[in-house]
Amino acid sequence: MEDSTTLKQEKENQQLAEAVQPWEEETAASPQDLGPESFGPWEVEWAPDPGPRPRSSRARTPEPVGPVAEQAASSSPPSPQKPLSTLARQDLGALRQLDRITNGTLDAGTPLSDPPGQSTDARESAPPSQSGQDTSALTQQPDPSSKPSKPQELRPGSAQEEAWSSHQNRDQPGPKASEAAPSTLEIAVQNAKVYLLRASSKTGLNLYDHLSNMLTKILDERPENAIDFIETISQDVKMAHFSKKLDTLQNENEMLPTYEMAERQKALFLQGHLEGADQELEDEIAESSLPNVVESAFYFEQAGVGLGTDETYRIFLALKQLTDTHPVQRCRFWGKILGLEMNYIVAEVEFREGEDEEVEEEDATEAEERDNGESEVDKDEEDELPKSFYKPPQAIPKEESRTGANKYVYFVCNEPGRPWVKLPSVSPAQIVTARNIKKFFTGRLDAPIISYPPFPGNESNYLRAQIARISAGTHVSPLGFYQFGEEEGEEEEEVESGRDSFEENPDFEGIQVLDLVESLSNWVHHVQHILPQGRCTWFNPIAKNEEEEEEDEEKEEPDYIEQEVGPPLLTPISEDLEIQNIPAWTTRLSSSLIPQYGTAVLQSNLWPGAYAFCTGKKFENFYIGWGHKYSVDNYTPPVPPPVYQEYPSGPEIIEMDDPSVEEEQAFKAAQEAAELAPEDNEETGEGEDDADN
Amino acid sequence: MDAESLLLSLELAAGSGLGLSPDRRAALLTSLQLVKRDYRYDRVLFWGRILGIVADYYIAQGLSEDQLAPRKTLYSLNCIEWSLLPPATEERATQMAMVKGRFMGDPSHEYEHTEFQKMTAEDDVVVQVKEETRLVSVIDQIDKAVAIIPRGALFKTPFGPVHVNRTFEGLPLSEARKLSSYFHFREPVGLKNKTLLEKADLDPSLDFLDSLEHDIPKGSWSIQMERGNSLVVLRSLLWPGFTFFHTPRTRNHGYIYVGTGEKNMDLPFML
Repeated sequence: MEDSTTLKQEKENQQLAEAVQPWEEETAASPQDLGPESFGPWEVEWAPDPGPRPRSSRARTPEPVGPVAEQAASSSPPSPQKPLSTLARQDLGALRQLDRITNGTLDAGTPLSDPPGQSTDARESAPPSQSGQDTSALTQQPDPSSKPSKPQELRPGSAQEEAWSSHQNRDQPGPKASEAAPSTLEIAVQNAKVYLLRASSKTGLNLYDHLSNMLTKILDERPENAIDFIETISQDVKMAHFSKKLDTLQNENEMLPTYEMAERQKALFLQGHLEGADQELEDEIAESSLPNVVESAFYFEQAGVGLGTDETYRIFLALKQLTDTHPVQRCRFWGKILGLEMNYIVAEVEFREGEDEEVEEEDATEAEERDNGESEVDKDEEDELPKSFYKPPQAIPKEESRTGANKYVYFVCNEPGRPWVKLPSVSPAQIVTARNIKKFFTGRLDAPIISYPPFPGNESNYLRAQIARISAGTHVSPLGFYQFGEEEGEEEEEVESGRDSFEENPDFEGIQVLDLVESLSNWVHHVQHILPQGRCTWFNPIAKNEEEEEEDEEKEEPDYIEQEVGPPLLTPISEDLEIQNIPAWTTRLSSSLIPQYGTAVLQSNLWPGAYAFCTGKKFENFYIGWGHKYSVDNYTPPVPPPVYQEYPSGPEIIEMDDPSVEEEQAFKAAQEAAELAPEDNEETGEGEDDADN
Repeated sequence: MDAESLLLSLELAAGSGLGLSPDRRAALLTSLQLVKRDYRYDRVLFWGRILGIVADYYIAQGLSEDQLAPRKTLYSLNCIEWSLLPPATEERATQMAMVKGRFMGDPSHEYEHTEFQKMTAEDDVVVQVKEETRLVSVIDQIDKAVAIIPRGALFKTPFGPVHVNRTFEGLPLSEARKLSSYFHFREPVGLKNKTLLEKADLDPSLDFLDSLEHDIPKGSWSIQMERGNSLVVLRSLLWPGFTFFHTPRTRNHGYIYVGTGEKNMDLPFML
């Protein structure tokens, strides 16, 4: 304890050395209690606390020097110093000496061996000034002064005795003279200290310890303008007091998800550690279907679009993991869709020929519908209920994989490091409904979509539908990059439904960046437009209807449905419709300051978040956003359709109208008349009889 | 986001995908220093970017000592030359309600809309509104609606002014996912409506702002942990494009708005 205090004093001394000088001027004030003064040396011992209390603490520094040294030497409490401090105070000269001593102590760096000699001197000079009157410095804060003194006073008196004995040589005149004075001081100090050490009834803390902790903290950290937020510091110290009692296990739980994620991502980095000869490495490089994500990210960064370099790299590694585990022909980082709870990172993948992993789900749904139709027929026969002539509209079959909207397969994951999940193929009904609803993604693929019109599927289907729409609407490439394939035999059929295949143009020479920026006709869509039907190639539902309805008695007149036509593949984007006088696309040059090395950047105004860049020869598309289309007017949900005339209206099922008031009254009157009539008849009969008579 | 920690903040906010290109970043670093010196602001915040059809607006805000005092807003088209915007007023806000659609990117562009005069039988008045005014009110609306800070980042002195809390060490992980740990960075509106019981639990120096818990519509904030759980990101669904990030247990926090400057009025349908 003593050592710590002495060390504290050491520190305090060193720290307060500078303070000593200003203090010196202050000492000339009028004296006050003896009490506070005597506290000086004690305060020193209690090093950090006096720090913020400017003058009083500083006042004490000179004393501590001496006592510190002495204490170190004698390891005795400062009690003897009390008188010394009071003496010292009064004499400015003495103080200056002490000051020098303090400085000397500081310079020495080592604690206590040196000071004793010096402090002896100091003390010798100090004592004469002892009068216990100069409390100028102490004046201002009697309480704090009492604090430091308290601890020391409480030390067993024996220590005091020892100290005295060790100092006898030097301090003869002073101490003896002041011996009498400290007694009242001592008592006052003791009282003050007892008050401070009194534990709070609520929290068990006491002011003394709190103040010492606080000042320790301040002196350790040395913040600027500490006075401005001293209250906050006080609160923090209090809170720290409690937080230590928390179980370390609790903190572990908090960080667990972080560590978990970090482990997963570490696995990403380690997957590349293939043990093998260079042969494998070469193979890997030759067959790599991995896109150069980092390069594209660099160009997108020029446009101000991007996920941050390290996140992009992690996504890169995750894509590599995807290509390693699945037979992928080509893979592309499609983009990121934000969600409420989690986000989706989407990869566009094209499987190798013949490696299609699609499950035939379509048959199942079709079979269901047929079953429903049959069961309805059975019911009618049994119950003889009016036969509904409602036929659900022909379900439009979804496109085969690798064609149209299902040209690519999409994988999503929530964060790089998590497993990739394959999204199901999209059906036209899903696309049509997705056009009519607007919902945020939650981040969980199995979340239900509750909407009107009801969406056939859950979030994974909705996500897939939106991805299909965004791809169809915003995937563009520079003019000439893709060209139509060589003429094939069945060209006529293709012409009808629109060309749907293209290939890279080996002779593509690149377009000037400036041209790309200036004119929108230099960009073309390379994904087929999705027709209102929900497919890319028109499907005529009537043809099938005729086949199926041959059995039915009632034959509807085949409605003539116009073939839906959309813009053919590779149309320039300048043909895109405008949104209320705003062009559908905005072009920018990535850097206006250095145009020669800039890239052309294309932003979609229809799908905010869709970007494309092109640097002459290289180009890439990217999407980052919430996954919704832009519309100037607010979204209005579609109105439910009018009640459908399901049944033929005939006398059996037509509802009788309720009679109107007049009809009711007429009926009532008629009824009454009918009742009265027999009575009348009787009366009239009687009357008649009378009449006859 | 603070201009002092611009680079780190941009990196942390990059999860939303839209940020700044390197040349803009470099330009901002230099020009914001100059703005701070010229206008003598205590702190300069890079507020964000409003995307226009032709050009983008880069917005910065300057704060004085008192963090809650009205802020000065500046805008620039090239991140080098900044112009001060006039303060927002109520009547401007009402005018703006009629203007819809994207920002053009030209500050002097005028939106026209006709105001139907019901009182008089005169012709409908065609009101012209400048894009600059629209910019002012949109920024003001966004600030009032979604600008947020974590609890404890600011504290109120007994004399009134609000200062940055230098002993703020970040939210602990357990608190970081709760909406109640984040406050609106504007004059509190709903504090008086709290019951006495609630008020008793509040710390007057730290809890003097509205928390996000009672925002209407409920669910208009999306809280996520990114970067393997080491970063908390709040995104506003009412003003899509607004991102707030905070690294728990550190002092890093900030917000940025990169978007078209349009409110998402379809929010109730989308939740």
